[in-house]
Amino acid sequence: MTAGTTAPGRAQISARTLRTDRWWVQPAVTVAVLVAFIIYATIRAFQNADYYSAPYISPFYSPCLATNCVPGSSEVAVFGGWWALSPALIILIFPLGFRLTCYYYRKAYYRGFWSSPPACAVAEPHGKYTGERRFPLVLNNIHRYFFYIGLIFNVILTYDAVIAFRDSTGAWGHMGLGTLVLLANATLLWLYSASCHSCRHVMGGRLTHFSKHPVRYKAWTLVSKLNTRHMFFAWASLIGVALADLYVALVAGGTITDLRFF
Amino acid sequence: MGYKAKFKVWRGDAEGGDLQDFTVEVNEGEVVLDVIHRLQATQAPDMAVRWNCKAGKCGSCSAEINGRPRLMCMTRMSVFSEDETVTVTPMRTFPVIRDLVTDVSYNYEKAREVPAFAPPEGVAPGEYRMEQVDVERSQEFRKCIECFLCQNTCHVVRDHEDNKTNFSGPRFLMRIAELDMHPLDAHENRAQEAKTDHGLGFCNITKCCTEVCPEHIKITDNALIPMKERVADHYYDPILRLFKRTNK
Repeated sequence: MTAGTTAPGRAQISARTLRTDRWWVQPAVTVAVLVAFIIYATIRAFQNADYYSAPYISPFYSPCLATNCVPGSSEVAVFGGWWALSPALIILIFPLGFRLTCYYYRKAYYRGFWSSPPACAVAEPHGKYTGERRFPLVLNNIHRYFFYIGLIFNVILTYDAVIAFRDSTGAWGHMGLGTLVLLANATLLWLYSASCHSCRHVMGGRLTHFSKHPVRYKAWTLVSKLNTRHMFFAWASLIGVALADLYVALVAGGTITDLRFF
Repeated sequence: MGYKAKFKVWRGDAEGGDLQDFTVEVNEGEVVLDVIHRLQATQAPDMAVRWNCKAGKCGSCSAEINGRPRLMCMTRMSVFSEDETVTVTPMRTFPVIRDLVTDVSYNYEKAREVPAFAPPEGVAPGEYRMEQVDVERSQEFRKCIECFLCQNTCHVVRDHEDNKTNFSGPRFLMRIAELDMHPLDAHENRAQEAKTDHGLGFCNITKCCTEVCPEHIKITDNALIPMKERVADHYYDPILRLFKRTNK
């Protein structure tokens, strides 16, 4: 047990915090929303049903890489008949890894789930703290690799949104509410990725002489502007992907009928 | 219009102390430091408080007001309701000397551990030339007034005294970032030193340093995370190392 605010020599104040505002609201809301998402995503990932209704595919199941995918939902079946589980389980580790190692979500879960700290100037309950220097938290340093993989997913989900302009027979010139939902989902995911801190670093953050790299400087400037809204895009894209999946699930399950514009 | 405010001020020293109650006059437009000065003038002439500019630029009057690390001179009384008790304590991360005054020498020790700016070889003082676009990132960090509120609020040392040995804190990791991003700094390996000598890995980017900065410096987003990414370049990105990309 290491001493914190009660360490010898410091002002002897026994209260964990003297904050009078509702500092616990933010971590509580974070936990509530993330837990709700985790429960929903887990159920849907294991459900292995209601994820495809031509031309819409749920983002939780795209790309569908197993032969046990619903007919029409898979274009490349990498996993053969030996794969008996839900095809969502093959791919979800990548977006999960991207969000788990994300600089914004790290703040959110360190505060919300691990109380390290629960809020600023509120003493954390842990006796020892080693930060991100040891396994497993040191793995957060590979965020950039999940960012690169996330870009591949963004391309695939954008492709899903584009082919949602085809109708269920494959003919172009269709647009339904599902098309808009997949389009909004892909857009939010691109914004989340483009505002990522690793993206900012790759674009130009690692440079010390912007003047020698004007194109990268412009890219860095643009990403820096997006980066100030990274938290917003993190939440918006998380909720967006859940809503997109829910919409496809409701249509595929026959609960609702897709609203067709043309 | 003035009113009588209820204050609780921590008084004591390293041996002990407690929160003492005061009722004190507050006038329109005043800040917490004005009220503390009124307490000194009228009720507690021996109350110790460190202050200087009263303009949020010297970084002297750092304290915790209702539990939040803030500058007393920049905290308006109008943010509190008239019936609210305002609690003022010294910064809780550093050893207390007396009343609201703390010993912040930890910060100066850490400052000394950061290698100074190293000019490039063959360039004499007065011959430094650099483009604005190359220095403006570092200039944000030069706004720091060294109030040490970020150091005070950082849970790495606030909640774990033993980490003070190995962790320099956000202010000095930001100083390393400032130098590492400087176009003329010739010191090699600042990013590696941030990890090995200054404990960057302790930082879990919970952004409290940014939240309390009175100069609104984006410490986490613009200094700490970029440094973490530079450390990742060197230690956790084998593909990048394979291509030997430079940071220049």
